[in-house]
Amino acid sequence: MHGLVNRAIECFLRDTYGVQCWARIADAAGVDPDGFETMLLYDDSVTLSVIAAASRALGKPEEDLLEDLGIYLVSHPERARLRRLMRFGGVGFEDFLHSLDDLRERGRLAVPDLDLPDLELRDEGDGRFSVTCRSRHAGFGAVLAGVLQSMADEYGALIMIERGPPVDAVTRIDISLLDRSHAAGRRFELAGDARETGAQ
Amino acid sequence: MTTRGVTLDGAGLGALMPMHLGLDSAGRICSAGSTITKVCGEGELIGLPFLEVFAVQRPRGLHDAQTLAQQAVPRLRLSLLAPPGTGFKGLSVPIARGGGALVNLSFGIGVVEAVRRHGLTERDFAPTDLAIEMLYLTESKTAVQDELRNLNRRLEGARNAAEEQALSDPLTGLRNRRAMNRALARCCADGPRFALMQIDLDHFKRVNDSHGHAAGDAVLEAVARILLEETRRGDIVARIGGDEFVIIMPGIGEYAPLHRIAERLIMRLDTPIHVGEAECCVSASIGAILSSDYAAPEPDRILRDADMLLYDAKHAGRGRIVTLEQGSERRTG
Repeated sequence: MHGLVNRAIECFLRDTYGVQCWARIADAAGVDPDGFETMLLYDDSVTLSVIAAASRALGKPEEDLLEDLGIYLVSHPERARLRRLMRFGGVGFEDFLHSLDDLRERGRLAVPDLDLPDLELRDEGDGRFSVTCRSRHAGFGAVLAGVLQSMADEYGALIMIERGPPVDAVTRIDISLLDRSHAAGRRFELAGDARETGAQ
Repeated sequence: MTTRGVTLDGAGLGALMPMHLGLDSAGRICSAGSTITKVCGEGELIGLPFLEVFAVQRPRGLHDAQTLAQQAVPRLRLSLLAPPGTGFKGLSVPIARGGGALVNLSFGIGVVEAVRRHGLTERDFAPTDLAIEMLYLTESKTAVQDELRNLNRRLEGARNAAEEQALSDPLTGLRNRRAMNRALARCCADGPRFALMQIDLDHFKRVNDSHGHAAGDAVLEAVARILLEETRRGDIVARIGGDEFVIIMPGIGEYAPLHRIAERLIMRLDTPIHVGEAECCVSASIGAILSSDYAAPEPDRILRDADMLLYDAKHAGRGRIVTLEQGSERRTG
């Protein structure tokens, strides 16, 4: 698994549950509590054991934990950078949804060895959409559900999300767009200033 | 092959090319896309002579609006005459009927700066324009670069720590023999004078034998502290063997200060060291040289001589310093 993914999990656990909790989880999973390097590659089993250890330590099902991770990735102040990159997907939430088809390629443009899931959006009409998430890892579907929820807030859209169970690492997520301008949404400057992009 | 002309209304043209300018046959602006209008800032563009708004860098020598309005220019480089002087690249094609030309512009490589400067948004670019992708790439590239810089910084830190460990004695934290050799070679090569003391603890074996190795280690640590206390920050203090130490003191070129330092060291090391209940008594024998004793100081020779002088000091009854200069021992304390 790419270090960026492992590092994201690590930061999520640390920022959400505290340094000591992370240290316990790292210890249980047999990884260095100093954490992961974003630009190195790790064996997949490392990632899986961290998620399993976190789930045990926090008494929370893995899927729920991963959905929280998705929410965190877009909404936490420390992760402004990723949120900004996601915002390049489109002017409004619907544009953003349509940009999901390109997510994998966008990821590759930035980091050539980043293996993001393959997403396929279907516009079912009437403000209903479905996203099919295919990946080597079933967990990505839950993360995506959290990301979508957070991105809706980011654009000020009101949505309902239903996530199906992963079947052979394929997850289907149904989205109902109830109100595309429910709230103001966060301001987005295309060429963001240093303050906005500096946090990582 | 013939093509049929395509007729567009202003809105269509604006949607396709929000950075276009239409010129009439006299070279005056007769239509303008929404983005170029925003970028040019205050006032109405329509009706202004093109060359009163833009400076032409390429093609060179194009200073006459009519030429621009009448012939195709496949590569244009322009900049705003007014501040901030934003640059553009583009092309101009003549309009078939009625004269005049259509100029289409882009920011080229300066797009990030232009977007920031003029407060542009996604809506200011046609979906076919790769400007947004360019901004995305710029930002993601910067993020990746920052990550790599952080990684390099951490690796550099780890390397320094590893090197520090490889050059220091794990028990006392003093430099080890490798570090001492390296420092001595540097001192010899650099030229400025220096002094070197080789120190051997007297009766250390007795401490080990009667109080055990743990006490011996504690004594070595205490000795290391004393050596550091009695030397200056820039001196190199190394443990090169069991109870053998070397101190290199850059800048010392006379025997008087060398003797003063050695005598203080011997006096302090003569004081019993307490380890728990045990009172451990050691003292120090020192062989010392000055680099100025040699025409061309050379590490192996210096260490050999210092070792020989140390042997003389031990032989002469311990707790003393022998230097190359005197060739004879001097009783201390």
